[in-house]
Amino acid sequence: MTYILKPQLHHPLLPTNSLGYTRRDYEGSVSTLCAGCGHDSISAAIIQACFELELPPHRVAKLSGIGCSSKTPDYFLGNSHGFNTVHGRMPSVLTGANLANRDLIYLGVSGDGDSASIGLGQFAHAIRRGVNMLYIVENNGVYGLTKGQFSATSDRGSKSKKGVVNTDAGIDMVSLALQMGATFVGRSFSGDKEQLVPLIKAGLAHKGAAFIDCISPCVQFNNHVGSTKSFDYVREHNEAVNTLDVIMPRDPIHVSYKPGESVRVQQHDGSILSLHKIAELYNPANRAQALGYLQARATRGQIVTGLLFVDPEAGDLHDAVGTIDTPLNQLNEAELVPGAAALEKLNAALR
Amino acid sequence: MPDSGGEPVAASGAVTKAQNPKSAVNDFVVKFANVNGSGSASANGLFARSVMRMGVPVAARNIFPSNIQGLPTWYEVRITEAGHMGRRGGVDLMVAMNPQTWDRDLAEIESGGFVFYDSTKPIPASRFRSDITVVGVPLTAMCNEAYELPRERQLFKNVIYVGALSALLGIDIEAVKGLIADDFAGRQRLIDANFEALAMGHSYVTKHLGALPLQVRRADAVGNRIYVEGNQAAALGAVYGGATVCAWYPITPSTSLAEAFTAYCQDLRVEPETGKARFAIIQAEDEIASIGIVVGAGWNGCRAFTATSGPGISLMTEFIGLSYFAEIPAVIFDVQRGGPSTGMPTRTQQADLLAAAYAGHGDTKHVMLLPADPGECFEMGALAFDLADRLQTTVFVMLDLDIGMNEWLTEPFKWDDTRKLDRGKVMTAAELEAGADFGRYKEVDGDGIPYRTYPGTHPTKGGYFTRGTSRNPYARYSEEGAVYVDNMERLLRKFDTARTLAPAPIARPAKRKTRDGVLYFGSTTPAMHEALEMLEVQGRHLDAIRVRGFPFAQEIYDFIAAHDRVFVIEQNRDAQLKTLLMTEGGIDAAKLPSVLHYDGTPITARFIAGEIAQRLALGPLSTGQAEAAE
Repeated sequence: MTYILKPQLHHPLLPTNSLGYTRRDYEGSVSTLCAGCGHDSISAAIIQACFELELPPHRVAKLSGIGCSSKTPDYFLGNSHGFNTVHGRMPSVLTGANLANRDLIYLGVSGDGDSASIGLGQFAHAIRRGVNMLYIVENNGVYGLTKGQFSATSDRGSKSKKGVVNTDAGIDMVSLALQMGATFVGRSFSGDKEQLVPLIKAGLAHKGAAFIDCISPCVQFNNHVGSTKSFDYVREHNEAVNTLDVIMPRDPIHVSYKPGESVRVQQHDGSILSLHKIAELYNPANRAQALGYLQARATRGQIVTGLLFVDPEAGDLHDAVGTIDTPLNQLNEAELVPGAAALEKLNAALR
Repeated sequence: MPDSGGEPVAASGAVTKAQNPKSAVNDFVVKFANVNGSGSASANGLFARSVMRMGVPVAARNIFPSNIQGLPTWYEVRITEAGHMGRRGGVDLMVAMNPQTWDRDLAEIESGGFVFYDSTKPIPASRFRSDITVVGVPLTAMCNEAYELPRERQLFKNVIYVGALSALLGIDIEAVKGLIADDFAGRQRLIDANFEALAMGHSYVTKHLGALPLQVRRADAVGNRIYVEGNQAAALGAVYGGATVCAWYPITPSTSLAEAFTAYCQDLRVEPETGKARFAIIQAEDEIASIGIVVGAGWNGCRAFTATSGPGISLMTEFIGLSYFAEIPAVIFDVQRGGPSTGMPTRTQQADLLAAAYAGHGDTKHVMLLPADPGECFEMGALAFDLADRLQTTVFVMLDLDIGMNEWLTEPFKWDDTRKLDRGKVMTAAELEAGADFGRYKEVDGDGIPYRTYPGTHPTKGGYFTRGTSRNPYARYSEEGAVYVDNMERLLRKFDTARTLAPAPIARPAKRKTRDGVLYFGSTTPAMHEALEMLEVQGRHLDAIRVRGFPFAQEIYDFIAAHDRVFVIEQNRDAQLKTLLMTEGGIDAAKLPSVLHYDGTPITARFIAGEIAQRLALGPLSTGQAEAAE
């Protein structure tokens, strides 16, 4: 048995959103990941975010590469089209899909092996093109599906389960995304739903390249003493810069926040990000400061989480290419084929 | 004066005649030897088009280095009223403008031929040949006298030699002027300057040298044909085929295809009301991303393509394998060239057939279309998108550098306005709503082609998760062996369906009954046809068939079965088409003698005819030859 369908029975009292969908409508098949895997928590957060954002599930296209994290799109949004592509190459497939139909919401799910090693180039280029998407890296610092090799996000000095010490410098995906021009950059932790769900909602609502680095400890291979991506390590070293809620414009009074301690950011699609400061004054509108802040905290061994940068006025690849508003995959013969008369003129120019 | 080598020849303008100069009208080969980056390409193109303005067809080919400035480059113009579009081989008039390659250029001239050179600096007699006629024009001296700026001196030198050649070969100078006026329309100063340089060369020859026995005479043999590169034609085919997404990475010799698509889209595909694009073209970071974008767009219901060459195919192979199993439409224009790195890559070959036919991991086979000229590049460029959608798979259009990057005289493009884009089996929201049973990989019609849905079609029906191999007919994860085997069998049925949809071969029967056949494809075609004519004159008759698609049509196998032996003509070392015939058709290798040409230059009629004549002379005479011999 390699495929487990969930029963379709719904509890009659399950709450529905304004589209009439219950939370169950945003679920997928049963996860085949290890019990307690951080990735499953992220899937649950995605489900909750989509339910709360009241997205029609079929209007989301979910794409992934190869690896444990890349298996997860099967475990949420079961009525959506999904694409398990090739290792490290999800960003290009997502880019092409996005070009074909600008009206869908694109969710790219990847891991640190998939995006920081084999796929580092595609990750960087999709970000720098400003593909309108939410790109989540489920980051456990380890190759889970091939049983425990270091990934490129493993910190220098971290120890594998077998006691091997990683001597290579770790890649910080968040810093990289900032440098590549991502217009929404956040980091969270799979075990921190209160922070993660609003971050996913904001990322989905953002127009432009949105990136979330979600630390997600591997229960089998990277959740032990000596690992910098274990539950305990992250809990102890987490430095949250803010908390946020997404307020959809038609329901602005839904969220409460403490006046004087928050920044409201209106995104391009009209949604409002409400950022709650906790530790100190953090301005997520400044890319250079975000990079500096990350560096400063990293030298103190702290992992900064929260929304690190957002450009609410960002454009996307379609703006750059200048494509028409109608999705390209809906154009017909009359719009695409210039016809025989035009061809005659072209022939004449070639004589 | 030079210090060795005897008497200098033609220290100023002069003609030194050989004993038996060749004489020809509308049937000879002119080759230009230049240094690249010297601006010679446009002057040489002007020369070729001037001949066509005289109503005489030309077959012109660039032979260029992998370099921008300073290395040798050649441009060969075959003037052929008979319309032989293949390369003939040999040179009758060498326009030797490159001292670096002087010796080899002179060696290439046929006995009785001519060399045209810049006689400003004397060249020792030992560097010439006694059996060729030498024509010297002091181009540099003329330029230095007429122009101040080095750039002008260089560029106009080219136009001066075009003027000189027009006088030597009897090309109407008004035809040349007409072209210049068209090319620079609206820029009178440029027109005047070019006219002046042209007249300078022309009047020098008229005054000092006179005409050569190689002559261009007005004819009416061009008709309404057009003169265009295969890459440009294929790009226009993609526009007419409804392609909207193009992702590519620069690589010679395919780059001009993506660039031509860009230019055509900007001209033909902009929404008039908004000025917005009905297309998206991405210059990707590499070939892997290029094909990834194509696969993503194809998955999401767009017609998408990439243009590349052999090394690009290697990089794309993983994705090509995935799209075969995941059944995603994609079109790849492979403009074939020599092998890896630089050097041979600016030369032509048909050497990617095997790489394309079986690209991927696991058991994969792909559809290939094999155009023979720019006209077919247009037709197949459009057809490829219908086939990719219909068959839900990767379709290769296999050009080569010879077709792709050379301008060919070809029949005008045609389009039927009643033609519809065949989007293949796409299940709509209405059909899903009406309760159609949707299984993404389910056999429904017996042709191996399943139905698909575009993402976002229906709120609760028709969604599926796309994977490579591990899934059942309903696209659910499965690692069951039997499920895998069923799916692979269906993919074979689909490939059989492709056999009936790919362009049919074209047979060219011999004038006499024969047991010998010849099989060929792509850019070999015009040289092959000329070779068949040459062989026929010798009394050697062969039935011929041109392959235009893969998987091979049944007619190909019938043709092979109906002959004792079938020569397979290819421009690669390893007989790749023959290998495909043996593998796919189970044909005995002995029945398929190979004629292989793979030095990077386009194959010639002389080569093919010579090879076949030699083999026929060795083997048993066929019926046709026996008759001829009697």
